[in-house]
Formats: sequence, structure tokens, C-alpha cells
Amino acid sequence: MRVRAFHQAKWDEEVIFELNTPGERGLLVPPAEKAVSDAVGDGISAVPEALRRKTPPALPEISQMRVLKHYLRLSQENLGADLNVDIGQGTCTVKYSPKINDVLAASPKAAELHPLQDESTVQGALEIIHGLDLFLREVSGLDRFSFQPASGSAAILAMVSIIQAWHESRGEGGTRDEIITTIFSHPSDAAAAAVKGYKVITIHQTEDGLPDLAALNKAVSGRTAGVLITNPEDTGIFNPKIDEITAIVRRAGGLCGYDQANANGILGVTRAREAGFDMCFFNLHKTFGTPHGCGGPACGALGVSERLAEFLPVPVVDRAADGRYVLLYDLAHTIGKIRSFHGVFPAVLKAYAWVMSLGERGLREVANVAVLNNNYILSKVKKIRGASAPFAPGRHRIEQVRYSWEKLHADTGVSTEDVALRMADFGFHLWSSHHPFVVPEPFTIEPTESYSKAEIDEYLAALARIAEEAYADPAKVKGAPYNSVVHRIDPGWFDDPALWAITWRAYLKKHGHEKIR
Amino acid sequence: MSDEKPFVHPYIPNSVPEVKARMLREIGVSSVDELYADIPERLRFKGRMNLPEPLAAEGALKRHVEAVLSKNRSAAECLCFLGGGCWPHHVPAVCDEINRRSEFLTAYAGEPYEDHGRFQALFEYESLMAELLDMDVVNVPTFDWCQAASTSVRMAGRITKRHEVLVAGTTGPDRLMTMKNYCRGVMTVTTVAHDPETGRMDLDDLAAKFTDRTAAVYFENPSYLGFLETEGRRIAELAHSRGGLSVVGADPSSLGVLEPPSRYGADIVCGDIQPLGIHMNYGGGQAGFIATRDEEKFVMEYPSRLFGIARTSVPGEYGFGDVAYDRTSFGVREKGKEFVGTATALWGITAGVYLALMGPQGMADLGQVILQRSQYAMKGIAGLPGVKAPRFRGGHFKEFVVDFSGTGKTVAVVNRALLERGIFGGRDLSIDFPALAGCALYCVTEIHTVGDIDRLVLSLAEVLR
Repeated sequence: MRVRAFHQAKWDEEVIFELNTPGERGLLVPPAEKAVSDAVGDGISAVPEALRRKTPPALPEISQMRVLKHYLRLSQENLGADLNVDIGQGTCTVKYSPKINDVLAASPKAAELHPLQDESTVQGALEIIHGLDLFLREVSGLDRFSFQPASGSAAILAMVSIIQAWHESRGEGGTRDEIITTIFSHPSDAAAAAVKGYKVITIHQTEDGLPDLAALNKAVSGRTAGVLITNPEDTGIFNPKIDEITAIVRRAGGLCGYDQANANGILGVTRAREAGFDMCFFNLHKTFGTPHGCGGPACGALGVSERLAEFLPVPVVDRAADGRYVLLYDLAHTIGKIRSFHGVFPAVLKAYAWVMSLGERGLREVANVAVLNNNYILSKVKKIRGASAPFAPGRHRIEQVRYSWEKLHADTGVSTEDVALRMADFGFHLWSSHHPFVVPEPFTIEPTESYSKAEIDEYLAALARIAEEAYADPAKVKGAPYNSVVHRIDPGWFDDPALWAITWRAYLKKHGHEKIR
Repeated sequence: MSDEKPFVHPYIPNSVPEVKARMLREIGVSSVDELYADIPERLRFKGRMNLPEPLAAEGALKRHVEAVLSKNRSAAECLCFLGGGCWPHHVPAVCDEINRRSEFLTAYAGEPYEDHGRFQALFEYESLMAELLDMDVVNVPTFDWCQAASTSVRMAGRITKRHEVLVAGTTGPDRLMTMKNYCRGVMTVTTVAHDPETGRMDLDDLAAKFTDRTAAVYFENPSYLGFLETEGRRIAELAHSRGGLSVVGADPSSLGVLEPPSRYGADIVCGDIQPLGIHMNYGGGQAGFIATRDEEKFVMEYPSRLFGIARTSVPGEYGFGDVAYDRTSFGVREKGKEFVGTATALWGITAGVYLALMGPQGMADLGQVILQRSQYAMKGIAGLPGVKAPRFRGGHFKEFVVDFSGTGKTVAVVNRALLERGIFGGRDLSIDFPALAGCALYCVTEIHTVGDIDRLVLSLAEVLR
């Protein structure tokens, strides 16, 4: 299989402040009409002297085309999924985000809506929100969804908030102060629980790669508020005892939250309800095909069972008896708000369109092909010298696998990071994995349903080629990248308060006498 | 499933039966079902998801979604005077051009090596905001102002090791609700009274409530209700004298003409960047910023990504990367600062483009024309019988409270009649501020021409007749 003779665009572009030419303008603002200035004067006189800005902000002055060119050049120095075979950021579910959905969301009928408009003027928007709610009820088996959380982590925070409010409503808020999660669940399952003051108990895996049930049994008690768990976890191994876990926690009086940020491999196959969960969430920017946007805007669609519906953030969208869509604010136990307004509506709209394009059979096909692609890659990666797939030998995986370069590293000194940097030379991205690195020298591949066999083969060929290089000429790999925008970055400035420079002005203050350029 | 016709969807290349068969052979199984062997029968979903018939043909999908969207009446079709946390502003074409680029739109969490552009664009966003705010550290943006304010007070709590926060009683209701939920179980949130005539914080109440357990005082300037808080320096001095911090929420579109809060003692500044080149998107265009001084005790308390500039192995080459990554939940899970993950990076890039286009003069012009147009609107509305505008005495920016209580008509009745005339009237404040029953929050920006404002005033005159 051929490996592409790739070279990324390298513009050697200035930092935007270096483009400053005093006097240039990028955009003009329409001045006040004469009638306005005649009536009120300069406007600024009405501002108390102490509050008037004394020195203008030191923003650069740049003509419009040069600003455009600058950002277009930066865009060319970035590899979105539309250019990449973006299967190397496992757990992130980087799939095709259909262009038609972007076109629909850019319509003024969506983009120019104010979130506080009268309900009668947003019936289309509410219909779409309610429609996606109905779709996700089918996918999860749960009873009502909120789209207010603007990411998976925010949805986890909402689940923790509901757990907290639920126990408080039952007079157990003070005593139930522990939340249980697992080491292969997303870091935010632990972190968002801690935000709300919970003690976090992390269950580690046994040799089969699954959470240790004996440890879980020991961990639950009258202090257990709930569990937050991913399945499949980052290993891609489906946990067949997931319903035992929920039963143990429920018996202890806790609530069960399913982290289904990534449900790509199990759509229509297995659901939160059958596994005994009270809540779940889906990242629309993962499973439901909305674009990742370099890291948002996004949506963590939060679903709950009937008994928790009164705890959802407000407002929720409902359909009245006369068919009108309405916003409900009056929920007895609402946690209040997780984000302003109604969440990220463009993501809801795009996910709605994605489901409408695929339907029941399409969603199942998404899952089937994602699992097929993943196991195909598993069968191939295992044959690459120095790579392995820890845990569950001989078993199939769902939508992703956490692999290891442990042997490659031991044999050649080439690390996951080295391989990742060399992958950039072939136009690919390879990510290590979430911390902590329980699997040594980890990497996680998640192919989704979006990439063809030929594309997957090309990605695998690059991995195999780099492994060969590592054995033949490790220095070559350790010197990468060669064909990227940049070369090895010196991390020396990142962790030292005297040297770090998070803004251009801080850079000039700290390093002005010996600037990079 | 085997007797069904093959389902080949444009989004799923390997749904082609021959390809599928080849891949199954490579794996060594005879069907995809075998790959699900680990899922026990009792956990299998036996039913059928009740979803509509798919519209797999793009043209059919477009027709359907457009038909649903056509039931909306957008702010582009009407005159919109709604603000309250999301504001109608002009969105420069270059902003849309950049944030619709595939390279940015469809990237995610890449490394600086194949995603150099994302790192540089967000470093520049931080840097441009830093100039506007006159502070040295700005984060990669979080979800919205609600989250930025919530995180700001939690940062203050960790920095001072105190567990109470005082919040202006005029704080935006969504922000107050979000803060309360975010702090529940860890910090208490108490509101401070305000002067009923000016809206400004009641400094006696602040002094009475600010104890040695108080981490910070939070207020907004311009306030949610549009008036300017003139006592920012005295508020900060009081907080500092008692070992606490001053946290201020600010509207970036005001900062070409208004002093940034850092110049009246703010330690942490936060707010929303939606005014900076981002469409309203039914509230989906929000994104929150947090800014501080460049001191370790502040920087180490951010939960967000902070992108910094660096040298590379090639002299003269700029590199970028994460500053102090080990403070984040990505690095150390629940031991990290709050949590980090997907937020609003694309809006951060967009706001950077906006500030680069506007420059210092553009931001000054923007602030000035918003002041002028909103003052013109206040003046016009104030001339209507029985109406008080602005409800609060003193300077305002962009938003102001109109009091209809002297007209005998409720805001709901007024707004319904305005809507019939194609106008979105101001937010009814009776809902969130019982003391302001009969009042509405109006927003006027650079997009409202003299003709638009005159039409509003004339329509109100008709409606109130």
C-alpha cells in the first residue's frame, strides 16, 4: 500500500500583531445618522468620565484582505477531518459532518434567531428540538432529553447536578457524598463530580480490561450518590456486566449515569434503559455527526428517565395538546441552568438532519460499519511490528481500541509521541490517549463509519511504515516531523511562570529582548 | 437482516456489500453480528427504533428541513430589540468565511504538528482579547458567559481558600442560576442589594456582607439591565481590603469606549464573545472568556486550555502548545481544576478574526455608535406618555430598561402588539425581576438605523394609545 508523499502548507505566517500598519482599516462601522447625533451628541459624553477608555486597545490595524489571507493561511496549516483520515483520535468519534447540514444551519431562519423570541416565532426551531428529543428517546430508551449542556463534560456536570438535587430532595444530600467512576471512563466523569464537592472513587480494571466488580461492591455504601461510567470504555471492550454495575449502585441507593458521549458502535444494538441507567448523554458532535469546530461549539444531549424529568435544566421543549411547541420553565426540582438559553441550537439542527438522512436502518448501519472498520483495523494493527492490543485477547471490540507501542518503545526507544509526530509527515493525526497511561505508550484508534477501506488501508500503511523505520532507523522517527508546518516544539516555556507567554503582550514583556523572530 | 436489500448510504462508504465481505474475511468472521458477541442477549435491544423514514437523498432532506425552518420568523425578517445575553450585531463576511472553512470547522483535538493553524489562531484570539481587556492572560473560550462567571468565582474561591461569593442582585438571571448550580455543595452564592434609582450596587450592603469568608464580589459592567456601574473601584478596594477579589463581567463590544475592568481593580474579568462576529444562532453563538493578570496563583487556577507561544528546533520558527497542562482534568482527572473538554474554540477563532478586522478605531467607532443609537432610542421612548426610559438613572450601554407600568398595559400586551407590526420588543423583566414588573429590557446596537428606531417609537406610540 502506497504512503502519500505529503507536505503540509507552510506559510511561515506572522503572528497577527506583526501585520500592523497604522491607519489601515479592516472593517467600517456605519456612523450615526445626523438625526441621531443632533439629538444625543457624541454619545460618549453621557458616560461618566472615570469609565471612559483613556487609551485605545493596542489591536493591530490591518486591511481586510490581509486579515482574510492571514486566517486562510492559518486554516491551510490545519488538518480538519475533511482533509485527514481522522481515525487517530480515538474516543473522539471524528466522522463525516455532512455539508448540507452546515448549509441548513447557516440559513437566516436558524442563524438569525434570538433565543428570547416569542414562542410563536420559533415554532420551527422548537419542532426540531422536540423532534431530536423523540429520536434520542428511541436510541436510548429513556424518557426526555435536554440539549442545554454544550459538551459531554457539561452533560456530565448536569448528571452530577441531578444526582445532587435528587438526594437533596430525599433528605440525603448531606450523607451521600461519593461518586464512583472507572479509570477508563472519560476524565470529566471524575472531574465534574469533584466540581460539585463529591469524593470521587475510581474503580480500576482487572486483567480482562473491565472494571473490578469486587472493588465496586466494596466501594458502595450509604454514602454512594451515584455512578458515572462509559461503556464501551476507552478500550473498546463492551462490558457485559454493565447491568450488574447499575444493579449494585441502585441497591445502594445511588443513581446511574451512562457516559455515552460516544455511542457510535451500539446505535440500535443496546441501550441505556436495558442496562438499568437513570440518565445518559450523547455527544452530538461525536455520534450524531455535527462538526467538532476545533473543539466546539457542541452539545451533550442529556437524557433522563421519567422520575428524573422534573430535575432537568430549564426550559424544556414540549408539545401542547393543540400541537404548538412550548417552552416549560416550571419544573418542580429543576437544577436551574447549565448554560444560557437553549444550548447550541446549530448542533441540534445538524444532528436532527443527520438522523433524518439515515433513519432507523441507517443508524444501525452506522454502528455495524463502525464496528466492522474497527475490528478490521484491530486485525491489521496486531500484525504491525511493535504494536499490541492489551486486554481481552481474541475478543472483538466495539468502536475503538486502545493499543500500545510498549514493545516498539522497548525495542527501539521510539515512543507514541514520536510515532504521532512522524504521522504528521504523511498527512495524518495520531493521538496518544487520555491520561493516566494505564496502557503504556498508548494510542487509540476509532475509525467510525465514515472512511473507506482504501483510506483505512492507507492509514495502516503509514503506521506500518513508521514501525519499520523505528526498527531500521529510530533517529529518523525521533527527528520528525519533516513535512509539517513546524518542527519539534521546545516545551521549555510551557510550565515555567517566568517564561510562559499565553498572549503576545506577555511574550513581548518576557522575551522581547530575545524574540523568536 | 440478510434478506433486506443492501443499504448503501453516501455517508457510509463501507456499506458496499463486496467491501464488507472482504473486510469480514480479513477479520475472520462471517457476519458483523459475530463482532457483537460480547453483548449478552439480555442487553440487546430487540425492538425497532421508531424513527421517521429516512430522507437519504440530499434534495429531499433539504426540502424537509427548510420546510420546518420556514415556520420561524427570524430577527432578519423583523426588527429585533432583544438582548439580555445574546445580541444582534453585524457579522462581518470574513468571520463567516473563516469559521466555515473545512480545515477549522471539522478539526478537533489535534496536536500542534498537524493543527498548527488552530493553535496559532487561538493564541492570537487570546492575545487580541488581552489588548481589549488590558490583561495578560485570556483562556481558550469556555461555553458562555454563564460558565465563565461560574468558573471565575470558583477560581476566586480556590485562590482565596474561601467559600462564599457575593453577587450583584442585578446579575443576569441565567448567569445567576448557572452560578448557583455550579457552586452548589462547595460555595454559597449571596446577592447584594442595589440602589433602586441607579441600579448600582449598595455599598453599605456590600460592606455588611463581605466577611473573612468571602472569596469575591461579582458584578457586571455594563449590567444586565444596561446601566453602568460607576463604583467599580470602590467595590474592588473594599474586596481587596478584606482579602477578597473583584470579579467583573464585561461586554467586549463596549471596550472600545469604556475602561476595561482591569483599570478599576478587577482581578478576574469574564464575559461573552458572541457580539464579536458570531451569529445569534438561537443562543448557540455564545462563548465565554476569562482574563486575569499573568501571576502564577491565577494562571494555575484556570480549568481551561491556555495556549502559549514557544520556540521550535528551527530558529525563527513559531511554535505553540499547552501552558501548564498538568493543572487540567485532562492531565490529572478529578485532581485537576474543575474540568476541561470541548467548548467553543471555533467561536474563539471567529472573535479573533473580528478584532483583527476592527482594530482600535473599529472598536471605538462601534462603542460610540451603540452609545448614540441607544441614547437616541431612550430619548424617543421616554417621550411616550406614561413610559419611563431608562428606568435607572445614569449612563447606559447598549441596553436599558423601559418601564411601561404607568401605561396601564403589560409588557406582554405591548410585545404582542409590536410583534404584529414585525417588531421583537424587549425582554419582559416581570419574569426574572419581580421588582421590575411592567418593565422590559431593550437592546439597541450598531445595526439599528435611525429609521428602525423611529419605527419602534412610532409603533409603541400606536400600541400604547
